[in-house]
Order: sequence, then C-alpha cells, then structure tokens
Amino acid sequence: MGQETKSPIRVLIAKPGLDGHDRGAKVVARALRDAGMEVIYTGLHQTPEMIVRSAIQEDVQCIGLSILSGAHMTLFPAVLELLKKESAEDVLVFGGGIIPEDDVTALKKQGVKEIFLPGTATQTIVDWVRCNVPHRS
Amino acid sequence: MTASKKSESQHVNHAALLEEWKRSVYCGQKERKALFESISFRPQPPLAHVDPSFDPLSALGFPGQYPFTRGVQPSMYRGRLWTMRQFAGFGSPEDTNRRFKYLLEHGQTGLSTAFDMPSLMGFDPDHPKSQGEVGREGVSICCIDDMDALFSGIALDQVTTSMTINASATVAMAMYFALAKRRGIPLAKVGGTIQNDMFKEFIAQKEWICPPAPSVKLACDIIEYCAREAPRFNGISISGYHIREAGATAVQELAFTIADGLGYVDHCLSRGMQIDDFAPRLSFFFDVHNDFFEEIAKFRAARRMWARLMKERYGAKSAKSMMLRTHAQTAGVSLTAQQPLNNVARVAIQALAAVLGGVQSLHTNSMDETLSLPTEEAAKVALRTQQIIAEETGVANTIDPLGGSYYLESLTDQIEAEALEYIRKIDELGGMLRAVELGFPQKEIAEASYQFQKRVDAKEFSVVGVNCYQDEVTQKIPTLHIDLSIERTRIERIKSWKQSRNGAAVKRWLSELTRACEEQHNVMPILVDAVADGVTLGEVSDVYRSVYGEYRDPGTI
Repeated sequence: MGQETKSPIRVLIAKPGLDGHDRGAKVVARALRDAGMEVIYTGLHQTPEMIVRSAIQEDVQCIGLSILSGAHMTLFPAVLELLKKESAEDVLVFGGGIIPEDDVTALKKQGVKEIFLPGTATQTIVDWVRCNVPHRS
Repeated sequence: MTASKKSESQHVNHAALLEEWKRSVYCGQKERKALFESISFRPQPPLAHVDPSFDPLSALGFPGQYPFTRGVQPSMYRGRLWTMRQFAGFGSPEDTNRRFKYLLEHGQTGLSTAFDMPSLMGFDPDHPKSQGEVGREGVSICCIDDMDALFSGIALDQVTTSMTINASATVAMAMYFALAKRRGIPLAKVGGTIQNDMFKEFIAQKEWICPPAPSVKLACDIIEYCAREAPRFNGISISGYHIREAGATAVQELAFTIADGLGYVDHCLSRGMQIDDFAPRLSFFFDVHNDFFEEIAKFRAARRMWARLMKERYGAKSAKSMMLRTHAQTAGVSLTAQQPLNNVARVAIQALAAVLGGVQSLHTNSMDETLSLPTEEAAKVALRTQQIIAEETGVANTIDPLGGSYYLESLTDQIEAEALEYIRKIDELGGMLRAVELGFPQKEIAEASYQFQKRVDAKEFSVVGVNCYQDEVTQKIPTLHIDLSIERTRIERIKSWKQSRNGAAVKRWLSELTRACEEQHNVMPILVDAVADGVTLGEVSDVYRSVYGEYRDPGTI
C-alpha cells in the first residue's frame, strides 16, 4: 500500500544516433506510461550530450536507449561516460535494438544494466524497470 | 443485358446459399478460437463470397489492361520473371562493390544500394554526428569517386540499379548521373530507381534534413529531371514499406502510400508538368507481410486504385501513367531473433505472396537481419528462396492464378474501400503535405503499432519461437561484423578528397546551388556538374540546411 504514495518512476526513453527506427522506442514508452511511470521521450537523432542533458534536466531515475543503426558500441559508452562526468552514474541505463550477442556482453561489462532484444514482451521491460530502478528517498 | 442479369442472379443466389449454409450447416460447429483476426485486425470470415454487384470485367480487366488488377503486363512472369533485387550495402564502397558482384554472380538480376545513416542524413563521415555510424547500416558514400568505386566493374547501361536514399537523394542521383557521364554512357541509357520519397520519411522512416515542403520540392526536382534527361530512370519509388514496418496495418500502408503518390502528382502538376510526361515513371515499393491473402489482395487493390485515380482524378491518357509498377520486400519486422532459422520459412511464404500479388521486383530478407546486416551465406539463401519460387513451384507460369477466388476478390474490394476512406480523410485535411505536417498518419501508425504489440503480449497473436513454441536453448547463427576501423579510413579519405580538389570551383558551385535553392529552381542540373567537380554530399546538405532550415522530430508518443 505504501507503493501508492510513492512518486512515480521517471524514465527517459532516448534515441541516440541517426537511425529513424522508432517503433520499438515508442511502444516501450507507451507501455511504461500505461504502467504508471512518467515517461519522457527525446525524439529521434539525439547525441549522447543531448540525452544526458535531458536526463539531468528531467531528473529521471532511468534511461532506456533504443538503437538500430549499429552505432551502439560508440554511443552507449558515450552516454555512460557523460553520466559519470555529471556525477549522475546512479541513473539506471538499459537498452534495446538490433544488437549482436557479443556486443550485449561487452556493453553490460561497461555498465549498461540490461539489453532487451527483439521479441521481448513489454511487460518484461516494465517489471525489470520496477525491480531495478534506484529507490528515491 | 440478359447475360449480365443472369450472372447477377447467380451471384445473388450464391450469397443467399452461403447465408443458408452458415445458418443450417456451419452454425454450432466448434471453432478453435473466439476471434479470427488478420495481423491488421481484420475479422476473417469462415467462408467468403463475392458481392452480387461484382463485375469481373470492370473490377479486374485482363492483364495489361485497365484497371490492371490482374497485372500490369499482358504476359507477366511468362514473358520475364520479376527482377530479383537484393538490398545490399555496408562498410566502404569497395566492401559493397564486392557484395554486389557476389550477388550478380549468384543470379541476382538487379542491384539495390543501402546507404549508411550519415549519407542518408546528409553528413560526410568527418562530421561529429557521423561518429559511430559510418558504414554500419549501409555503405558510406560522400563523393563521386565513392560512387565510382561502388560501381567499379559494373556497366551502368547493362544493370538497373536501385538506390535507397531520400533526404539526400538529389546528391546521390547527381553522382550516379555524373558517373555515367564520366564513363561516356548517355543518360538515356541508364535505368534504375531512386527511392526519393520524402513523405514516407516524415511518416515512418524518419531520415530527413529539411522540413516537409522543401523536401517534397527537392524530390520533385528529381522526378522532373529524370522525365527530361533520363527517361529510363524511375525518379521516385513511392514507398509503403517503411510505413508498414513502423507498425501500420495493411490498409494504412496502402492508403498512405497511394496518398503520398497523389501528393507528388499534385506538386508536379503545380509546377506546370503534364501528367502523362511524368506519371509513367512513378514507381512503388510495398512491404509483404505475414497474412498471406491480405497481402496479395493489397497488391491487386493498389493497382486498381492507382489506375482509377490517375484516369479519373487527373485525366491521364497514357495507359503507362495508370500502371502501378512495384518493388516489394518481405517484412523485416516479422523476423525473430529467437530461432532465426525459422525466418527462412517466413520469408519464403511472404515472397510467394508478393509473386502471387504480381510485383515487378522483389527483395527477400535474410534470416539473420534481426541480429546484424546479412552475411554472404544468409543473403544467398534469401536469393535462392526467390529462385525456388520462380523455377520450381510453377506459380509464375499462369497469370494472377488466384484471380476470381471468392475470398481474394472480396478481400481486394474491402481493402480498397477502406483505403479509399483514408484517402478521403486526407483529401479533407488538405492533402498529404498538410496531413503529414499535422502528424495524422504518424498518429494512426503509432496507435496500430501499439495495438499489435498488445495482442502479441497477450498471446492473441502468435509469434512462433517468441510467444509460443519457445526453445530453452538459444539457436546461434553466424553474424556479420563490420570493423570499427572503417570509420577512421573513411574520415581520412574524405579529408584528403577535400584537399585534392579545386577549392575555387567547389565554392562557386555551392553559391550557385544556394541561389538555385533560394529562387526555387530545379537543383539537379547544377548538382550533376557540381559533384563532378568534387562537391560532397555533406556540403550540398549544408546548403539545404542553411536555405530551408533543419527539421526536428516532434517526438510524440
């Protein structure tokens, strides 16, 4: 019952890079919003700097990065690096898109907490965010 | 009169008999599901019948005859098979040139170029926004020598080439034509297609530079230039593929694509062009998804709608203006990362629907495309799938073999009627340009896409290997890896290119281009000469950005 008095989880869904594939990002954003979270969607073609700036301005607990251009090995680490620079490394970062398995392992080592591949049910993502998001005092 | 009366009464009887059968025989039968629905949320009846008013002559015609429902050519695949055109592009121009040659050696009959994201968005590899993207999702091209390397050893007057590029299409088109000139090939002998469809970029694919109005102007510059200078080149491929992949239903895909086509026609006419001078070279590109009959019906409805609209709305006189010629690609979005070998079966069934739908060319996806760009081996299986359909199954030997089927004809009618309803709505909004600016198709698609995912999550829609028949163990297949060093090599190359050319000439061309943009002239004649003198894709796009402004995603969910 205490859950209901807590403020809702704030999530930024972001599209780094130049690809325009936003079906997944939008579906996930809607599913998280329907599950009661406050979702901010960046829109397309965001640089890592733009994403981290939005995350800080919007005071989110969690960033979901969606990418299908193959630039994940450059852009995901860049977001993590900038968060660290801004002393915002407590923001939970997860990702999704067309990402080969070897890259998934490498990205997790670098600090991306989870990568959701095609075929993931939206409920799985909702549950994962709820369980893993850092609690706010 | 007596004959038509007789056939009408036979249909009436059939419809009545079907109702009677439903009441007295079918009623009370057990069904395995509570609701039978296509992937586009269309209720599917146990048995179909054709509307009593159905007149095969006016609804279908014969192949090669108005309204072309049964096919645009009189002989269809008996005369010549569809073009097997596999979309390919990654890494450097040399990497992709090798893949092109590999595909041609294995029996592919046309080329299709995938460009990387920086090329599509109008950035050279040395631009900060290109970081991490160079050569990863397509081939990196930014100057005429890149284009030369891409088509090295390939005769531009022998093979038709398709180029999937839109916001920066004017530059790619200019480079291709400038290359033909460099090789001494007259433009009249160069055949192919450039996608150049900006409406669907704002609706679905979302690679853009400028706002919608100037983007459509630039697209029509290519249509106009091709009509005048390169009559074998399709200056546009009006594309439903990306609309569908973004989550649209079959009807939305069809309706928005046809409405996009009408948008271009309106723009071209407003410039004073004559319908029969450019309409014959308007080509199309549709998705081919999982629901077998719905997809076949979609292609047939598309041809009939376009023919009637061209004739009735625009008064086209030439039959060629009324023919909807289309490329098709199997649905990337239907492929699964789980049990990827199953994708071979999905692709085969979708490709069969495209062939039964009478398409002019076809790309079959590779089984590994939810994991990475295709490996050589996976791309070959995809091509072989088309060859099996063409050579082994016999489906290409009789034209429109499903024509006259109660189910298919009724489905064709329904899909057409629903698509026309959307077109009426778009007309009411003031046409596609206005509808896109208002975000109308974008919202419709986002809603359909979310509804689809909800049904998959609730297991109302089955996805084999994902929400049913799952495996415990992951099926591993080889994937293509693109070396990150490609980006460095490409940056060095473009830097030395910029140093080696005649800087004064480049400057002059860029200011001429700026003036042409400001004065709303066709940019193509200038561009063909400008790229020959070394102007890059990024530099041209910078001119567009400075004259027309940059478009930004409104980011609505």
